[in-house]
Amino acid sequence: MSLSSTSKIADLLEKNETELLRNWLTELEASGLRRDDLMRSTELNQQCHEFLRMFRSAAQHENFSDVQAPEWGSVRQLLTDISRDRAQQGFTSSEVATFIFSFKKPLFDQLKRELAQQNDLLVESIWTVTDVLDQLGLWTTEVFQQAREKVILRQQQELLELSTPVVKLWEGILALPMIGTLDSARTQVVMETLLQQIVETGSQVVIIDITGVPTVDTLVAQYLLKTVEAARLMGTDCIISGIRPQIAQTIVHLGLDLSGVITKATLADAFAIALKKRQLTIVSKASQSV
Amino acid sequence: MERIPILQMGQFLLVTIQVDMHDRLALALQDDLTDRIVKTSASGVLIDISSLEIVDSFIGRVLGNIATVSQLLGTETVIVGMQPAIAITLVELGLSLSGVRTAANIDAGMRLLQISLGAPFHGGLDANP
Repeated sequence: MSLSSTSKIADLLEKNETELLRNWLTELEASGLRRDDLMRSTELNQQCHEFLRMFRSAAQHENFSDVQAPEWGSVRQLLTDISRDRAQQGFTSSEVATFIFSFKKPLFDQLKRELAQQNDLLVESIWTVTDVLDQLGLWTTEVFQQAREKVILRQQQELLELSTPVVKLWEGILALPMIGTLDSARTQVVMETLLQQIVETGSQVVIIDITGVPTVDTLVAQYLLKTVEAARLMGTDCIISGIRPQIAQTIVHLGLDLSGVITKATLADAFAIALKKRQLTIVSKASQSV
Repeated sequence: MERIPILQMGQFLLVTIQVDMHDRLALALQDDLTDRIVKTSASGVLIDISSLEIVDSFIGRVLGNIATVSQLLGTETVIVGMQPAIAITLVELGLSLSGVRTAANIDAGMRLLQISLGAPFHGGLDANP
């Protein structure tokens, strides 16, 4: 055995590139990974071709044990790009990993044909190839996960921005419709936005509507009281509205003291109180003319 | 030693805090203001803290004390123009200044004083007829 398994593989990749590519594409098609609804087949061909080219040039260095080594840099970069794209296109992580794993069969077939007479070398080669392709496959999964996590993080931030609108109902009357579960990060943002809006609009009355808050626990109640207190310090009255029957019961069961705050069942009731505080009245046109 | 000026406007005293408060300045203000209230027998005090950017537990407590002392002396006291950051800090410190009246700005504070003293209020930007 004059040739080692590593140089054999590099040699084989060099010689049979076209055939390997053709077999790989057939394999990909058979595994059902060709998702024509998500990406064009020319794009897939392009990616396979590119991968094979880079894999070949990396294989020239005959270092198959560690894909984190610098000679695998361009392969990793390519896989990072492919994986990230696919995460956004809506592929699953196994579909992305199968892209690499499906390359095993054509490569094994080729090895079997080449080294039919040298069993030891064949087994050794297959092991080397499996090792490197597994590592690359895991790499794609890792990148895929990171890309997904980035998407989730961005969505969280967007949600945070979306979920804290402060609405001006009338001259001097603000409303804060709160939607969704309150956690400490969100409550901080809500509180700051509200107080900032109070300063900017010079409002005297604020209605905090908690219709969209699914549960009220001690933490949420404490936060509500804090907001009311802070608003009061700035010279603004607070009304809490949208307390559903279950929530009212929870508040009583928890023994929370909201007695210092004006509370109302609906936003409409709270608005009526706010108008009264501002010494405004709404009169029906019909009753006026009669 | 620098002191915070106390201005007299008719029957009211106006305190505008334009500098960052340090402990000694706050205590000096407390002394000065009580003296002036007794001397002038003012019926209302407005404390404008709209330029106050930083507050700690001591300053917060002194502010509360000033308001409580003035009220003890029979003077209506209103703190006006508190910044959001200050309000959040005071609440987090547990100093919610309960019993102290507050207003958004000097105008609103003045109106609050006038109403509570039963005097009619004239002028102001958005005074309701």
